[in-house]
Amino acid sequence: MSRRASPRDRRRVFALRLGLILVVLLLLEIAVQSGAVSIHIIVPPSQMFVAFIEVFGDSTLRREIVATVRVLLIAGALTLTLGFLLGAAIHALPRLRRALDPVFSSYYALPIIAFYPLFIVIFGATQVPVAIMGFLTGVTAMILCTLNGFDNVPKVLEKVGRLHRMSHREVIFRLKLPSAAPYILGGMRLTVAYVFLGVVASEFIMSGTGIGHAIAFAYNTFEMREMYGLLVFLILMVIAMNLLVGLVARAANLGSR
Amino acid sequence: MLKPQPVPETPTAPAPEPHVRIADLTKTYEIDGGASRIDALGPVTQDITKGEIFTVVGPSGCGKSTLLDVIAGLQKPSAGSVSFEGREVTGKVPDGIGVVFQEDASFPWLTVRENIAFGLRRLGVDKAEIETRVEDALKLVGLADFARAYPGQLSGGMKQRTCIARTLVMQPRMILLDEPFGALDQQTRLIMNDEILDMWRRTGATVFLITHSLDEAVVLADRVGIMSARPGRFIEVIETGWPADRTTDGVFRDPHFGELTGHVWSLLKDESTKIMGGTA
Repeated sequence: MSRRASPRDRRRVFALRLGLILVVLLLLEIAVQSGAVSIHIIVPPSQMFVAFIEVFGDSTLRREIVATVRVLLIAGALTLTLGFLLGAAIHALPRLRRALDPVFSSYYALPIIAFYPLFIVIFGATQVPVAIMGFLTGVTAMILCTLNGFDNVPKVLEKVGRLHRMSHREVIFRLKLPSAAPYILGGMRLTVAYVFLGVVASEFIMSGTGIGHAIAFAYNTFEMREMYGLLVFLILMVIAMNLLVGLVARAANLGSR
Repeated sequence: MLKPQPVPETPTAPAPEPHVRIADLTKTYEIDGGASRIDALGPVTQDITKGEIFTVVGPSGCGKSTLLDVIAGLQKPSAGSVSFEGREVTGKVPDGIGVVFQEDASFPWLTVRENIAFGLRRLGVDKAEIETRVEDALKLVGLADFARAYPGQLSGGMKQRTCIARTLVMQPRMILLDEPFGALDQQTRLIMNDEILDMWRRTGATVFLITHSLDEAVVLADRVGIMSARPGRFIEVIETGWPADRTTDGVFRDPHFGELTGHVWSLLKDESTKIMGGTA
């Protein structure tokens, strides 16, 4: 019988991880405060933390955060939902899959960001092109992970379903979907990260709103503290989103595999 | 002119209806949209008696699993028929049949207990009844201490026992096993064989078991069916004559065991050589 990590083991791993991060931050703090690393390149972690707190007190930055979160939620929900549905549909239609295979295999070789100006021309300098960029960056990952999930469902489960006289619908929802879920949930994590990347990168380039825009603006105006404060916010936001998806996976009772 | 009427025979007790009756069964697969056909099985004619263990050995690809699928109602025959308890099996799994597959068919997202209770819950069986039946099945397969574990935490043998328990809990009158221990090591396999014998004695179910292992086929069986190369037919069915309270080590020590296994192999060797393109 294979051994699972006990809660005590998990606590130790967590403490080790946290310890490593704190050591790196401490070394960075010493390096910057001692002048070994220029303060114009990296601000000390203690100042990053203060700047991070200040982000919440600045109404302009709060607006930027709200703008990004709103786009992320819309683009993320659309990408996850449509990506999953498209993946499931393509899995059910082998001919369509064969037709789309070249698209999937070369999709990430395309510089998707190059299409961004085109969307600005079509939709104007609003948040719509940003959301579209987020969607386009993440949707293929979700489709491929869904396909991979359904491909990995053991064929024998179909027979088990028939033994239990389950309908086609029941086989899908009670056997295939739970069986494919680890791959799909893994894909959700990846997709959320891609959507995040697409949205923030687009905000960096041409958008007039959002966290990406605020970071680029702070960089261009030499507001290094503010830039690092926003970067810390961005990192914590990504970690929080990842944890959230992890919690969903655990709630689905899949952490036990 | 009236023809003389045949003299009626003395009435005798009718032969008992076999649990499974396979009559002139064939299975053909069409490939490339019907451009060519593969005769996978048959014609097979064989009765399986209620309460016996009938094992099947045959060369790879001879249609053993296809035969099991057709008996279980998981595939339709191309010709001929299969009847279970007097009713024809027509491509739907009949009531009272349970199947254990070679592949791990446990549900990794459910605990061992939930896996075993799955079928009963689907049928809406009373909660207390489910509890009792699941507990019994857990004890029978020796997994009572692992009821809360997930299949991912279990060894191959324990996963297979979970699947056997999931089948037993439905109280099937016939259990079909398709090479259930193919992926297990020899020692685990022998232990599982004793568990199968124990389960068979306790439930009284008819057991139809497909295996690649000659030892397993001979040790477990009341009768061993030896199949030919594709399209598979029974070339001989051998009665072992083992007592119902047999155990694997008891049978291994019996001098008759080597004789039977040797005979099965002599039949199987010719068939296996055929599929390898050689001559026996």
